[in-house]
Amino acid sequence: MNKKTRSPLFHIAKRSTLPWYRAWAIRGGALILALLVCAGVTALLTGQNALLLYVTMFKGSFGSARKIWVLLQNIAMLLCVSLAVTPAFKMRCWNLGGEGQVLVGGLASVLVMTLLSPYLPNWLLILAMLAASVLVGAVWAGIPAIFKAQWNTNETLFTLMMNYVATQLVAFYIAYRFPKGTGTMGVINGDTRAGWMPYLFGQQYLLNILIVALVTALLYAYLRYSKHGYEIAVVGESERTARYVGIKVKRVIVRTMLLSGAICGLAGFLLVSGTDHSLSTTSAGGRGFTAVMVSWLAKFNPIWMIFTSFLLVFLGKGASEIASQFRLNESFGDILTGIILFFIIGSEFFIQYKIMLTKSAEKEEKAHD
Amino acid sequence: MIDLLGFLPRAIVQGVPLLFGSTGETLTEKSGNLNLGIPGIMYVGGISGVIGAFFYEQATVSAGTFQPLPGVLIPLLCSMAGSLLMGLLYCFLTVTLRANQNVSGLALTTFGVGIGNFFGGSLPRIANSSLPSVILTNTGNAFRTTLSGSSSPSALETLFLSYGFLVYLALAVSLAAAYILRRTRVGLHLRAVGENPNTADAAGINVTRYKYLATCIGSMIAGLGGLYFIMDYSGGIWSNDAFGDRGWLAIALVIFTVWKPDLGVLASFLFGGLYILSVRSSSSMTMATKELYKMIPYVVTIVVLIFTSLRNKREDQPPASLGLAYFREER
Amino acid sequence: MDNKTPAVTMRNITKRFGPILANDKVWLNIYRGEILALLGENGSGKTTLMNMLSGIYFPDEGEIQVDGKEVVIRSPKDAFDLGIGMIHQHFKLVDVLTAAENIVLGLPGRLDLKAASAKIREICDAYGFEVDPNQKIYNMSVSQKQTVEIVKVLYRGADILILDEPTAVLTPQETDKLFAVLRNMRNDGKAIVIITHKMHEVEALSDRVAVLRHGQFIGDMPTKTTNAQEMTNMMVGHPVVLNIDRPEPKNPKPRIEVKGLTVRDIEGTLKLDDVSFTANSGEILGVAGISGCGQKELLEAIAGLQPVEKGSICYIEDDGTREELIGKDPLSIQNMGVSLSFVPEDRLGMGLVGNMDLSDNMMLRSFRRGHSLFTDRKTPHQLAETVVRELEVSTPGVSTPVRRLSGGNVQKVLVGREIASAPRVLLTAYAVRGLDINSSYTIYDLINRQKTDGVAVIYVGEDLDVLLELADRILVLCGGKVSGIVPGRGAKKRDVGLMMTKLGGEQAHE
Repeated sequence: MNKKTRSPLFHIAKRSTLPWYRAWAIRGGALILALLVCAGVTALLTGQNALLLYVTMFKGSFGSARKIWVLLQNIAMLLCVSLAVTPAFKMRCWNLGGEGQVLVGGLASVLVMTLLSPYLPNWLLILAMLAASVLVGAVWAGIPAIFKAQWNTNETLFTLMMNYVATQLVAFYIAYRFPKGTGTMGVINGDTRAGWMPYLFGQQYLLNILIVALVTALLYAYLRYSKHGYEIAVVGESERTARYVGIKVKRVIVRTMLLSGAICGLAGFLLVSGTDHSLSTTSAGGRGFTAVMVSWLAKFNPIWMIFTSFLLVFLGKGASEIASQFRLNESFGDILTGIILFFIIGSEFFIQYKIMLTKSAEKEEKAHD
Repeated sequence: MIDLLGFLPRAIVQGVPLLFGSTGETLTEKSGNLNLGIPGIMYVGGISGVIGAFFYEQATVSAGTFQPLPGVLIPLLCSMAGSLLMGLLYCFLTVTLRANQNVSGLALTTFGVGIGNFFGGSLPRIANSSLPSVILTNTGNAFRTTLSGSSSPSALETLFLSYGFLVYLALAVSLAAAYILRRTRVGLHLRAVGENPNTADAAGINVTRYKYLATCIGSMIAGLGGLYFIMDYSGGIWSNDAFGDRGWLAIALVIFTVWKPDLGVLASFLFGGLYILSVRSSSSMTMATKELYKMIPYVVTIVVLIFTSLRNKREDQPPASLGLAYFREER
Repeated sequence: MDNKTPAVTMRNITKRFGPILANDKVWLNIYRGEILALLGENGSGKTTLMNMLSGIYFPDEGEIQVDGKEVVIRSPKDAFDLGIGMIHQHFKLVDVLTAAENIVLGLPGRLDLKAASAKIREICDAYGFEVDPNQKIYNMSVSQKQTVEIVKVLYRGADILILDEPTAVLTPQETDKLFAVLRNMRNDGKAIVIITHKMHEVEALSDRVAVLRHGQFIGDMPTKTTNAQEMTNMMVGHPVVLNIDRPEPKNPKPRIEVKGLTVRDIEGTLKLDDVSFTANSGEILGVAGISGCGQKELLEAIAGLQPVEKGSICYIEDDGTREELIGKDPLSIQNMGVSLSFVPEDRLGMGLVGNMDLSDNMMLRSFRRGHSLFTDRKTPHQLAETVVRELEVSTPGVSTPVRRLSGGNVQKVLVGREIASAPRVLLTAYAVRGLDINSSYTIYDLINRQKTDGVAVIYVGEDLDVLLELADRILVLCGGKVSGIVPGRGAKKRDVGLMMTKLGGEQAHE
């Protein structure tokens, strides 16, 4: 050993806890840094003043009353899916199947909407759609859950695959109903508006938003204060402890995943009945995946998730506004969203860990020399 | 029989992007990294090659100096460089910063697909070119150069010799990956890192280095899948989202082959065959049935996943530390 | 011996973990051709010291010399290069790999498993090990895994071997075998260190003994010149008389009756074979046995956590009503009105949730109470404060995650919660493992108080001396069978020890 090794210059240790304001300061700093990088990238590609970009971004989201409503509706939808996956995540069960659960939920709504609209009064039809969506969404999440509970089948991979089965199911239905079509189904019940959610105060999206707000509050209380919520936390931390205190682990896994799928189903219903009145294979719009990030960034806290879903929707909207203003491709938004996510994801490290310069390294140098 | 001989080559060319993707992802997962960014990386691998080829063609085609060899090498290197950067980014987040792998991977996919579609759609405009869209026929033809010389090849010739070099590379890479994992010390160490990083660390294996190397090399291999799709399969013509969800199918393939790259060769052709049945099969099949056919790869993957967990054979399970960050001082 | 050059010299070694001083200016010499026993209580810094030799930790201060030359050991690899190998208490093996693959793990060069297997066989023949190089680790018994660990270290050419409490998981036969190969290796000129707190092992095996206490080096001497009492005094710091209170049982009545209990683990190995006994109220029933003789399964079967093949476990009320516990899970046992508390061996992995704070951990037992959908958080909070106050738990507060507490305080929290529900039956597994003497006495005290309150206590322990002083009766297990039940008063340590290793001992009590 000719080369004398030195102890590393710094040392990484887990932080005990960081006051919440410092944690948010770190996240905020990361966000600002990310926005600067985004501005740089955009300026590079468009040659525009960075400041102008942010004005554009703001306009994209808040430019008109219509835009604000659309923004709120998008936040509500993303929040709804994020809420859905959260109980499973708290249990350390990675439900990456939100996308598929939303789609099958939507499909259930579409089926009820088309098949039963001649027979039911409108309010009953909507309730039937809601029930069908919630049920089918729950079943879609329940299948991997049963295998996870019984045989410990990897739920990350299982739910991921279920997404594509769901996508194909929707594609199949569309192709089956419209064999000569272009792969879209068009607006359902456009003439009768049967199964369409009513407008509150003349606002199409208001009811949607209120429903999601209600779900947020309920889920917060459920996770934080209910016995079920406590069981979820214990199972997530240690299955052995859960078994030791008599928690039926398998039942909790299945129950929580059913809840997760049910809320996804609800999101599917809101999409079909509240906004789109139609369904396509891309209706979920990647929300099942974005929700994973929303939930994780908010540390699985439903209230903070309002903020993180706002952030992601706002950024997405702003980025596509930039794209269209500067005649860039629509996908430009995804790039900016990606960059911002990387920064926020990376910043968690500085909240969880601290980096300490090794003092003894210096001391040793002296000792050895 | 004739029909099968005609069908197989088509299944193979469909399977090759999946094979690249799954070989890359298998190497990555063996190090304990569940890289859900693979779909994005394959897009980046494709578009990086396209960018390289685009500028080379811009410089040479009108002057008539386009040479097949640099015409292939430049996109190849660009593609690998692009996917390498993506792999490094993923590693930096998940290994160095110990971020959650699922979240990082999904963000990487958003980012990568965005990069692919953005540059794919607006490359000519950014480069002030007169072309309306990315059409790289010269490069495409270079990539498509086959071994089969005759103009009317026999069925057997078609089966074995009718492909561009990337197809053979895909086979070679996955067989080599299988050999390395099974028979070499590097493979042994890599498996140990994915199974039990603590033990590997105590045995003097540099866990961080193995995770970085496996993930970055895996990313470069996966990226070639994207390159193959654009240059060979599509003949150098980019259209947004044409690559579809092949990236996710590649991840499915990893599970389907229970983390064995050599099995991946056959399995990818099987998946490719199933894909063809849905995309271009006979007119007797309705659109609806075709959509159901597309579901099959995912369903069989789920069945395999269930079956392996039921059988609970230790060798067929996912690497034990898959999805978990490693921190030495955390016990 | 004095004029020999030490294989290893550790000088002035200091290591801190945060505010805790784990090693304080420790000096230690290790010689070839000698077995050194490193003796000390749990938490005295033995393992930390050896971890610095094997490259797991790096000392804050001090220096290490190997064969008289100063060295820097920064990683296990550095240690191997110097011929130092350590066999950790928790084996560092990859389950899905074979013995041979594990043994060559981390070494450079081409992978040639055939050559490796041949070399492994050579090592095995030289010292009398039995290892099948092609066997997968997950198919191995604990002692086989340990053998693989030792062979792994020898394969790397280590001639300085450190074993961290190697006998904790072994049967007596396996221990004898291990000691035989260790002696072989010593005679072969290797330096061997075994970390232990068991006096009889020191006496049976070692040539020299070094004692640590509270991270400080107390002294070393040839084993021949010392005795158990002197070593204990050095270890503990003051002459200790193990003097545990043992009140006479008041009005004992049968509380738990176990008949013909037979249990197999998931792999199908017989863990308990036709076990029958009765535990009485107001009495401590000690359970003695080599580790892995079915104690864990016995307690978990009573607690409803372990599937049972056949037999019966009856809970008997004061009025004689009997309730069968087999086939019930912990929840239904609780719902039947059987109040049973269980202090499991694995405190943070089973008894408590490390990441939750004290009050949330108190809630583990009580959160189901009441018909509300929501949990009552006030009562657990008060309970946590009571436990902290009465058991003198040292913690910043009741909202500190329990994983931040020291071992003794964690155990106080766990025991405190378990006895708070005023149980009729209390099961404890290794209740004082890893605790210092003071905390241990607190726990004995708590258990005795339960006993005088009429609780039927089943106490699984590893320290025979304690069992002999604490228990009213001792149930001795041997390989999953009842080897005998002896009264705690007047029982001889030697007899119980024999019963642990041989069914019925020498038939002395039949």
